[in-house]
Amino acid sequence: MIKSAQHFLNRHVKTRAALLLSLPLGWMIVIYLGALFALFLTSIWKIDTFTSDVIREFTLENFTDVFTDRAYFNVSIRTLMVAISVTLICAVIAIPMAFYMARIAKPSNRPILVALVLTPLWASYLVKVYAWRTMFYPESGFLQWLISPVGGKSPGFGMVAVIIGLTYLWLPYMVLPIYAGMEKLPNSVVDASADLGAKPGRTFREVVMPITWPTIIAGSVFTFSLSMGDYITVQILGGTFQMLGNVVYQNFSLNLPFAAAVSLIPVIIMMIYLAGIRKTGALDNL
Amino acid sequence: MRLSRTAKITLRTVMFAGFTFIYLPLVLVVINSFNKNKSFAWPPTGFTTEWWTRAAENVGIREAITRSALVALFATAIALVLGSLAAAAIARYDFFGRDSISLLFVLPIALPGIVTGIALNNVFTNFFGKLTFFTIVIGHATFCIVVVFNNVAARYRRIGSNLQEASMDLGADRITTFRLVTFPLIRNALIAGGLLAFGLSFDEIIVTTFTAGAGQTTLPIWIFQNLFRPNQAPIVNVVAAALVVISIIPIYLSQRLTQEKE
Repeated sequence: MIKSAQHFLNRHVKTRAALLLSLPLGWMIVIYLGALFALFLTSIWKIDTFTSDVIREFTLENFTDVFTDRAYFNVSIRTLMVAISVTLICAVIAIPMAFYMARIAKPSNRPILVALVLTPLWASYLVKVYAWRTMFYPESGFLQWLISPVGGKSPGFGMVAVIIGLTYLWLPYMVLPIYAGMEKLPNSVVDASADLGAKPGRTFREVVMPITWPTIIAGSVFTFSLSMGDYITVQILGGTFQMLGNVVYQNFSLNLPFAAAVSLIPVIIMMIYLAGIRKTGALDNL
Repeated sequence: MRLSRTAKITLRTVMFAGFTFIYLPLVLVVINSFNKNKSFAWPPTGFTTEWWTRAAENVGIREAITRSALVALFATAIALVLGSLAAAAIARYDFFGRDSISLLFVLPIALPGIVTGIALNNVFTNFFGKLTFFTIVIGHATFCIVVVFNNVAARYRRIGSNLQEASMDLGADRITTFRLVTFPLIRNALIAGGLLAFGLSFDEIIVTTFTAGAGQTTLPIWIFQNLFRPNQAPIVNVVAAALVVISIIPIYLSQRLTQEKE
């Protein structure tokens, strides 16, 4: 019995792959894609405003509400701006750090540097946001103490605090793929550029950057997506500042169809982003 | 690469600034856990270990830690099985739709957590009637699969298929080959992926908020509930400081794993 099953498997490569895939793929399709699809369906259903029950009748009202209401439009733009800012700041900090770690630091020091970047990834998400809350405390926070001697004032809770907090949270997600990409870059390529007369700056711009570009994009998938969907950091550091995630969270228990429609905004933006970067090969670096 | 002195100094400064940015807030949390002042006015005027004693005696915290650990154990177990199966199929076979399927496994961490959260909440409350402990586990397993998958798939690509083929040419059947050849080769990747999955699950708050049944307080949820209560602030800070210190353990473990590899 087992023998004949093995013979069968030896001859049928596709069956082997299908057997291996059936469980995990089944889980992802039934639970995850099923749930996403149900959420999409809910977004085109009505709501009984008195009982908060979902009525299974088609309507586009949730979407027209989202897109015509000035306030929600502003929140969307603000969320997008925060996500873009966080991604750019992360890239600006991460590229030189990764470059130093991968190409300048002694090879024997590299594992330690990588560990130093990885360490905060293991520290709790909430702890990190919390740490910035104590930093930003308007009157007595560390930042206030740090910059008051030079006449500065801590920005307190708000958009700036949210951007810094999110940058802090997602920075390792940007450093690590870029580091991996820069480390893989063969020395011969860099040497060839130098031998042909390029100064280090030019080698960096025209050789290192184009080759590691997909890894930067890969990092940006995380920084961008994670920033766009966040609402907890916004609650802790944002004061009265709000993002799309907060709108979803507030509407979720009373008006699920509307919350579903709002939650599709980041999904659609993310899909466009993922489709746009497919050609760069960034997805293989995730 | 040969760089000028100024370029090197600039890069070193950026490195130093980067690491200061990364570590300063964490160090402050640890120092503040001994701060006498309840609202952490900086600089501290005195130090005390009172908050640590009080946190250690807190029953709510202990229950939350146990629950988080249990959720993470179950979710990691599911993720290990499903993630390594998927990795074995996707990294070793070529078939139609492979890239899309691979993307599907990444999707739960590529899409915002709140989307996964409300989507699962909607399905669970409609199908199971209510949220429980196991709805958290299912939710966590779904986004943990990808980390196991990534680790194991990378390992499969690196080891290629020569050794397994050699084993089967020498007469070992599939089960024996897996037991004696394949499994030892992917074991470290499984451990590394499992560690990551455990850490991810232990720390998760967004999906948890939407999938946790009544009274199913995990540690992150406990922290979040108490974060805005001025009275609880010192104890929350102690938990935070403890978590910072504890996070050294998995890093140490994964460091050792990567060193063994080389």
